[in-house]
Amino acid sequence: MGPIDLAQVQAELDARHDRDLYLHLETTTGSYTALGPEKLPPVIAFVRNATVRFDRAMVTGEGPYRVGLKLHGGWVYAQGLTDYTVNERGELLLAGHDAEGNLRVALQLSERPFRE
Amino acid sequence: MSILPPPPERIDHLVEGMTLLDPSAEDGLLVVLPHPDDESFSSGGTMALASDAGVPVTYLCGTYGDMGRRMGSPFFATRESMRDVRERELAEACEILGARYELLGMRDRMVEFEDRREVAGRVREVIERLAPSTVITFYPGHAVHPDHDAMGLATKLAVEGLTKRKPQLLGVAVGDRQQLRALLGPPHVAVDIRSVRQRKLDALRAHRSQTEMMFLRWAKQLEEDEQTKAFRQEMLTVERFYRLNGVVGPSG
Repeated sequence: MGPIDLAQVQAELDARHDRDLYLHLETTTGSYTALGPEKLPPVIAFVRNATVRFDRAMVTGEGPYRVGLKLHGGWVYAQGLTDYTVNERGELLLAGHDAEGNLRVALQLSERPFRE
Repeated sequence: MSILPPPPERIDHLVEGMTLLDPSAEDGLLVVLPHPDDESFSSGGTMALASDAGVPVTYLCGTYGDMGRRMGSPFFATRESMRDVRERELAEACEILGARYELLGMRDRMVEFEDRREVAGRVREVIERLAPSTVITFYPGHAVHPDHDAMGLATKLAVEGLTKRKPQLLGVAVGDRQQLRALLGPPHVAVDIRSVRQRKLDALRAHRSQTEMMFLRWAKQLEEDEQTKAFRQEMLTVERFYRLNGVVGPSG
């Protein structure tokens, strides 16, 4: 996984349009924020292996980046993306990391279900 | 100060009012927690002391820790590689601690949403098969992370459902020390782990994706107030537990 290249990520998104795909979408503060100095409650959400099909997809911004997928009747959105890779299973993995390497947001698309 | 501070000569103030547990005198030790690395943080010294004395030690790990936020520092794991990365780290840490491990294979963060009785039943099967004299888990309701609480509760239910010999059940509480003591009183049982503190540190280091940043901070002395230093020193000196047998906790 390395820094997002807008043209390459756009090409990877375009190659996946109008097909049934499995989505992993996630954002997380981590589970231990309540133990931090500000004692904030954790905020975590994820969707894993929902199926989506999109007409249009775009990656944009000046970094960290945003991705929007226009679905048949809905949207998928993620902000704060910094890095990407296509792994050995052909899955497109986009992630946003903070300066210490912690994951803050992830948007992933796969033709096969992600491991349960 | 190096990452491994010299051990304190006296530990009386850390174990006041607690029964000292000698892990080498156990007939078998089973640790039941949800994530790879929970075992090293909470019980690594106790596990090493037991295995050094020939006591069979098993870590029953609920999940692969595959929804972790820490990816290494700098990051080297992805959400999809995390499962394999963390199982390899777990295998290495358990080898350092002299323990074998088994995985229940649940998805990280989802333990509380599984059927509680089914999870308890799976834990009970392992307890019946291994017949440990002591089981360590999280103190349900006092362990911060929902997976911790759920795994602790399932393990408590598992022990309560045993029809034959019940092992001693010890609980790890997590969070602000003062608050925990106000709620629960001091822990009941303490293990002096000074002689194996390097092993505990090595096991923690084996969980690289999760602990690399902590070690970097320690090495650079970043964010090291007196409280953090004291916490680190205590973590490498004693491991403390509450007796959970007979404790009335969250309902099953």
